[in-house]
Amino acid sequence: MVDRRDGARPPAGSLVNDPRARAIAVQLLLIAAVVAVGWSFVQNARVNLEARGIATGFGFFEQTAGFGITQSLIEYSETSSYGRAFLVGLLNTMLVSGIGVVLATVLGFAVGIARLSSNFLLARIAGAYVELVRNLPLLFQIFFWYIAVLGTLPGPRQSLSFFGIAYLNNRGVILPEPNFAEGAGLVGIVLLAGVALSIAVHIWARRRQAATGKLFPRGRLALILILGFPLVAFFATGAPISFGYPELRGFNFVGGFRVIPEFAALLVALVTYTAGFIAEIVRAGILAVARGQTEAAYSLGLRPGPTLRLVVVPQALRVIVPPLTSQYLNLTKNSSLAAGIGYPDFFYVFAGTTLNQTGQAIEIIAITMAVYLVISLVTSGLMNWYNRRKALVER
Amino acid sequence: MTTAPTAFVRREFAPALPPPLATAGWLGFLREHLFSGFLNITMTVFSLALIALLLPPMIRFLFIDAVWEGSDREACLATSGACWPFVRAKFGQFVYGFYPAAERWRPNLVYALGAILLVPLLVPAAPLKRLNAILFFAVYPVVAFVLLTGGDLDLRVFLLGRIPRWDALSGPGAILGLRLSFWIDYLISALLLITLAVGIARLLGAEARGIALAALAIFVLFDIVLLAVDLNFGLAPVETRLWGGLLITLVVAVTGIVVSLPLGILLALGRRSEMPFVRFCSVIFIEFWRGVPLITVLYFASYMLPLFLPTGISFDGLLRVLVGVTLFAAAYMAEVVRGGLQAIPKGQYEGAMAVGLGYWQTMGLIILPQALTLVIPGIVNTFIGLFKDTTLVLIVAIFDFLGQLRAAFTDPNWATPVTLYTGFAFAGMVYFVFCYGMSRYSLFLERRGAIGKLR
Amino acid sequence: MKRVLSTLVLVAGVGAFSAAHAAVLDQVKAKGFVQCGVSQGLPGFSSPDDKGAWTGLDVDICRALAAAIFDDPEKVKFTPLSAKDRFTALQSGEIDVLSRNTTWTLDRDTKMGLNFTAVTYYDGQGFMVKKALKVNSALELSGATVCTQTGTTTELNVADFFRANKMKYEVVAFATADETIKAYEAGRCDVFTSDVSQLYAQRLKLAKADDHMILRDVISKEPLGPMVRHGDDQWFDVVKWTVFALVNAEELGVTTKNLAEMMKSTNPEVKRLLGTEGALGQALGLTNDWVARMIKRVGNYGEIYDRNVGPGSRLNIERGLNKLWSKGGIMYAPPIR
Repeated sequence: MVDRRDGARPPAGSLVNDPRARAIAVQLLLIAAVVAVGWSFVQNARVNLEARGIATGFGFFEQTAGFGITQSLIEYSETSSYGRAFLVGLLNTMLVSGIGVVLATVLGFAVGIARLSSNFLLARIAGAYVELVRNLPLLFQIFFWYIAVLGTLPGPRQSLSFFGIAYLNNRGVILPEPNFAEGAGLVGIVLLAGVALSIAVHIWARRRQAATGKLFPRGRLALILILGFPLVAFFATGAPISFGYPELRGFNFVGGFRVIPEFAALLVALVTYTAGFIAEIVRAGILAVARGQTEAAYSLGLRPGPTLRLVVVPQALRVIVPPLTSQYLNLTKNSSLAAGIGYPDFFYVFAGTTLNQTGQAIEIIAITMAVYLVISLVTSGLMNWYNRRKALVER
Repeated sequence: MTTAPTAFVRREFAPALPPPLATAGWLGFLREHLFSGFLNITMTVFSLALIALLLPPMIRFLFIDAVWEGSDREACLATSGACWPFVRAKFGQFVYGFYPAAERWRPNLVYALGAILLVPLLVPAAPLKRLNAILFFAVYPVVAFVLLTGGDLDLRVFLLGRIPRWDALSGPGAILGLRLSFWIDYLISALLLITLAVGIARLLGAEARGIALAALAIFVLFDIVLLAVDLNFGLAPVETRLWGGLLITLVVAVTGIVVSLPLGILLALGRRSEMPFVRFCSVIFIEFWRGVPLITVLYFASYMLPLFLPTGISFDGLLRVLVGVTLFAAAYMAEVVRGGLQAIPKGQYEGAMAVGLGYWQTMGLIILPQALTLVIPGIVNTFIGLFKDTTLVLIVAIFDFLGQLRAAFTDPNWATPVTLYTGFAFAGMVYFVFCYGMSRYSLFLERRGAIGKLR
Repeated sequence: MKRVLSTLVLVAGVGAFSAAHAAVLDQVKAKGFVQCGVSQGLPGFSSPDDKGAWTGLDVDICRALAAAIFDDPEKVKFTPLSAKDRFTALQSGEIDVLSRNTTWTLDRDTKMGLNFTAVTYYDGQGFMVKKALKVNSALELSGATVCTQTGTTTELNVADFFRANKMKYEVVAFATADETIKAYEAGRCDVFTSDVSQLYAQRLKLAKADDHMILRDVISKEPLGPMVRHGDDQWFDVVKWTVFALVNAEELGVTTKNLAEMMKSTNPEVKRLLGTEGALGQALGLTNDWVARMIKRVGNYGEIYDRNVGPGSRLNIERGLNKLWSKGGIMYAPPIR
């Protein structure tokens, strides 16, 4: 019998009607289901792997890859190991995503601001651009750039030449290659020092301006620091940097620095596509800043340029950054579409070629997913940190 | 002294003068929006140059220089405009893939049924929303499945199949595509399970009738679906490998949409559940799928999933992709729905509790209807993303619309300098119409603020 | 609602459909057709025409198999497979036999749980270049850009070849054969490398096929043949001897045309082959006239070759290595006795 005097207790009924008992039962069921599914997966995988004679473990990382890769940032040849190929792919992914993120941000901000321009035509063109790129599949756009634009360029012997310095053909863009002689290091050091000093001066000048209102000619100083001193160093050390110009020899151009068309197509498609989304985010962010802010800035005598730069954008950034993060993540993840055109990114080299050559699907797909997860987590971690810093400025 | 009326006092307002010519009308518009300053003029000139650079060649390519008639590449070799006969020749492949020509009325019927059911569902004013939704989300997929594949699945055993030689029960033949062994098995299994459910309920002292009825209802519904896919309607079976083009694109997109919505809702509820393990599983599931690119999911489904299944069970290639796409879309859908759930004020939950509603009643009757209406634009945006993402299936060797387009480029009979551009122009227009249409629809709903009317 | 859900979970958890296991030959006889894995479209080996009817050398091997079992070359269903999917499809039991220009290597024969049965075509890897480049030998390809398909042995062979000859090259690898040939045609590379038979077949897809030539150099051994799963020796024998019988028939001069006369032949070898003497077919689990059925419906190896890739086809590949051993080639089959 139930103790009726204890008011806190619910009336006794079936356990089925007790929410706590239900919750426990449901969770137990779920645990049981998860364990059962996981166990059966492991069992089946064990049996299947054995039946198909597929090797297991991560030993393949040490084995010789045996295949070539079109573009690599580090030393790589057919005799390198799968582990090396993994690294090459990862770096290629980082390269295209890194450059892509920067360019997409620039283009996206420009288009987003253009959409809000008082100029009727410009706003309409920006709007049409945004609608166009956002409503076509990214893979379609990658194919378009790769097959229809870059693929129809002339061959190496009929290359489009830019003053004999750079060439454009269906094998890519060939640019002069800088050759560094002795003393080039010094120029580099001077340049780096100049950049670092300029940044320091910039921060100091801003603090001083905030405190005292005094302006400092930091632009001119930066010019001298970044351009002037390195130039002096360059000539003082006897012009140690020269350019190697590409020339046509045999089948292809020899010498010079080459951007392969797969990279170019992927980059252009990623940048234009993501910029469409960033433009919308920027537009929404700017519209979220109250009109009074702009009017107040105008009435203080600020011109439209500084108003945008000093008043509107800093406030808009707080709205913009969180969705911008997910766009950066999307761009990184979307770079895996390289598989469609054969740009040797991480996915193509590892989950494509390496998977095919070794047949170890479980290990390779698990590692692939883990790598993208880590990239996602790191990027969103960084952006959250930035976001928190920006938010702190607020009173 | 007489006071002459020296001061003139106006009794009525003077008629308003027209505004200066330069600030009103189209001239004023031009002045303000195009030529208000040096920067503005520069931008106008730049824009005009851009339009002049892009628009005339485009129109020339699409219409003026285009070739409209012809039967092979000869017709298009000389032109610099679009080669529309190429699209006409490949149209069947673009729309149906290699679906047998004699059977193409089936996908056509599926398209037509889909349109008939979908349009009234989308028009907020159309009546019978509930019936319509049931037809579209529950009945239509089964009908479409039977029509497209031909149905007549070879179901042999259900739960009792583990019993040795059970298979022999029905002999080699099948009546109307149905096998005796399966259906006897199904009947016995259903009865056993219902008895089991009732027994457990009795043991716990709950009301057994409701449970028995619920279990029965599930088995009957499941039975109807199984019967539909198992019956032999005399349709020739068409393997999914023969499907292609827009058919694949739409099958993947619609399946993803129809399945990912309920799954996403469940996940969103799970993520906001008070049961820690349920919440944990939901969070892991959602964040995992959202953290990896879709293409790795497709690879997972195509190359890894078969290893996890018991030997002898093989999954259709298209089905594997559907599983991957659906799980992926469900994770994104869950986050959209969660946004809606979070926007519902606490008072709504408390009100529901106060009138004694249980969890599912609260969710189903009070919270979800409000939350889902709030996030319809987000849901439609997820659908647009899903529709665009269907193109990725071509990387795992399933020929969707884009895949067929690329395959058509390799046909030497149509190898001309303009084939590429024509194909891209055509495919671009098709994709744009679908995606832009959906985004306009979402905007329309958003502006209309159709709260409570479209459930 | 909760009740409904928990019941559903129960049903879903237990309700796995299972399939029974039996000998492949019995399964095939029971379902009434052979499920044969072929390539997605390689002229001469397996490609569907506009109406979806399959033709080609690989296809005809499957048709011969169907003829031997059912006396009907149409009792075969074709599953087009990509290079990536092919082994999985066979391993999982989706297909009964894989006849898809697959190279016999030790690795594939041992590690994957699959068996090669016999060689139907001796191939080797070669190069296709534009005639305008005026290249005559593979050794002149230093510095060239090479298009190849990823995940194949060709990708590894080409790397070995260039390294062994100390030549520089650049490889561009694509996921499918179609992409690769399209990239080659668009000028992305100077050289397209693949098995010679494939080069001939892919060349037909080029808009100006005559502008391209296939170099004489062959840099690898690529014996192609049908595969079956490990563990069913009877089915393994059936497929293996189907191929051998076709070769033996050519050697003995048995063709579709002269089959009726040959049935009356007194030559003991012919009599054993056509089942008019002995019970060799029954030993395989087939009927004794199994070879006669194949010859009647499909033809001998030579006929199959000529019709699909030889002089009777658009490919017109010289028979070369694939000539019978008695005629200067290496096509050789154990005797039927």
